[in-house]
Amino acid sequence: MGERRRIGETGDLVFAGLCRGAGGFVLLLLGAIIVTLFIGGLPAFRAFGVEFVWGLNWDPVEGREEFGAGVAIFGTLVSSILAIIFAVPVAFGIAVFLTELAPPWLRRPVGTAIELLAAIPSIIYGMWGLFVIVPFIQYNIQLAFGEQLAALPLVGFLFQSNNFAGTSLFAASLVLGIMILPFIAATMRDVFSQVPPVYKESAYGLGATRWEVMRGVVIPYTRISVAGGIMLGLGRALGETMAVTFVIGNANRIATSLFDPTNTIASVIAMEFPESLSGSLQQSALLAIGFLLFVISFLVLATSRWLLRPRLK
Amino acid sequence: MNRRALLGAAAALPFLPRPAFAQQATITGAGASFPRPLYDRWGSAAREGVGVALNYQSIGSGGGINQITARTVDFGASDAPLAADQLRERNLMQFPTVMGSVVLSVNLPGVADNALRLTPETIVEIFLGRITRWNDPKLVELNRDIRLPNLPVSVGYRADGSGTTWVWTTYLSRISEEWRNGPGAGTSVRWPVGNGARGNEGVSNIIRNTPGAIGYVENAYAVVNRMVTTQIRNKAGNFIRPEPAAFNATAAAADWSVPNFAADTIDLSGADVWPVTSPTYILLPTNPVAERVDGSRNTMRFFDWAFRNGSQAARQLEYIPLPEGAHNAIRAAWAQNVKDPSGAAIWTQAAG
Repeated sequence: MGERRRIGETGDLVFAGLCRGAGGFVLLLLGAIIVTLFIGGLPAFRAFGVEFVWGLNWDPVEGREEFGAGVAIFGTLVSSILAIIFAVPVAFGIAVFLTELAPPWLRRPVGTAIELLAAIPSIIYGMWGLFVIVPFIQYNIQLAFGEQLAALPLVGFLFQSNNFAGTSLFAASLVLGIMILPFIAATMRDVFSQVPPVYKESAYGLGATRWEVMRGVVIPYTRISVAGGIMLGLGRALGETMAVTFVIGNANRIATSLFDPTNTIASVIAMEFPESLSGSLQQSALLAIGFLLFVISFLVLATSRWLLRPRLK
Repeated sequence: MNRRALLGAAAALPFLPRPAFAQQATITGAGASFPRPLYDRWGSAAREGVGVALNYQSIGSGGGINQITARTVDFGASDAPLAADQLRERNLMQFPTVMGSVVLSVNLPGVADNALRLTPETIVEIFLGRITRWNDPKLVELNRDIRLPNLPVSVGYRADGSGTTWVWTTYLSRISEEWRNGPGAGTSVRWPVGNGARGNEGVSNIIRNTPGAIGYVENAYAVVNRMVTTQIRNKAGNFIRPEPAAFNATAAAADWSVPNFAADTIDLSGADVWPVTSPTYILLPTNPVAERVDGSRNTMRFFDWAFRNGSQAARQLEYIPLPEGAHNAIRAAWAQNVKDPSGAAIWTQAAG
């Protein structure tokens, strides 16, 4: 008996050690990636100082290299935030439909379809964006009523553009919005269905309508988890590369209009890394913006954890 | 002394290559994507012809320079030539294989292939974003016989770093001081206007989908995909169509006797030359380590074979073969520059 117990204890020790090792390995890996990116980017940070973060010039021409991450950071943040703005209302609708309105026999197929959207490779979204979304924006939005939109008071400048190629900030945000839709919708559906039925039934019992139940009971009960789901979607949108590269227009200029081309961090790296000479300032600048993307993603995830904090207590 | 040499030879014996006829030698190369279709075609023909199989990876010129600098391949390939000091510092020599042209393609409803005439001045103004509509008086004056539509000009360019961009921006820098001091010349530059896309296919997609678009692509790509191209006025003042005769005129007009074969072929002054034509280069270590000597020799045998037998294939794929004189100069440069660890030339006429 005692012998067996000792074997059990040794097994426990080995198992605990392995688990600790696995946990530590993740931390080590994460740290190594950050350090590698930072060291690789150091020459660029040294050459341009803090200004690198908001500098708007990205000039890889040999002999007068000048790099600033401003345009790429702007494009990354704006396209991702616009994607959230497009995706959240639709995701909310899907989640409400699935948890409250859909007949039970429909819930499973629709739910599965949403999850399948998440399984589509991003390059497919990129091709679909380029061949369907981009011409649609070009012909059915920009050429059809671009002038009327640009004449709108106050917001007209958002639609005023000389770019008629269709590849634009708007196209990128739309494709990103569709890509992150399943993540946000799935999170919302899961948390909505966890609201104790007794709360909702009490509200219905008091004569509340469906919308009042959603607004007064379900959303307040789940809002922090919902915010967590949105942050997850944002995290994915920030780092998306191929789909965005196809449709954003890849111009290292600030987009002043939804229809202007611009660039994102991931897309600049994908486009320019293969041609950059090892040890060059350009390669260092690319590693440096990779580091900045890492920092931004980390901040977004940290925010989502912080939002979830009251729950974890 | 004698005994030591004998011992050395005995030690080296197992590593000596078997004679070429008994074994297929494989060489590996990496670099520019522009000549890949040709190198693939040459590679499959050379297996029979000279017994050398080629494994070529088109990872881009920058990648090719990185790989050959790290000596992980037998040769690198780059569209832009390296400067003399860059070659020296990396112990490399370079030689051109074929030439290729860059052409302008447009999407203008009602305008036929090679009908639109453009001058260097109007091209620069378009790419600087100053000519913004196709019925601009400057364009109308050049093209009295065609009806130019009232469409906005949409510029398309390569967003991925590429040799094609290097050739095109070198041309723009040559014809315009403002471009030279502004965006300049490189594998990627700061484009003042327009939309970027990946590869020739990305740029051609922008052009195809956007009425009023203009962009630069490799001639081979434009021909295969039947894209609508334009005439360009060359330095001599003649409007030239992008056709083989004009490209061959450029190859014949180039001066190949310059150091490192870095011939200036952009905007030459001949009467019939296409102004945007440039060679693509191979980079070869001048001091291959012992185990790479065979790879180096086989690389030179491969290109020697290609120079003698591959011009037909090159023309079929819309590349421009180099003149015979250039081929001989390249062979002489191999013999002079590429040495094995003992200091002996790896390339001799007998090796071919």
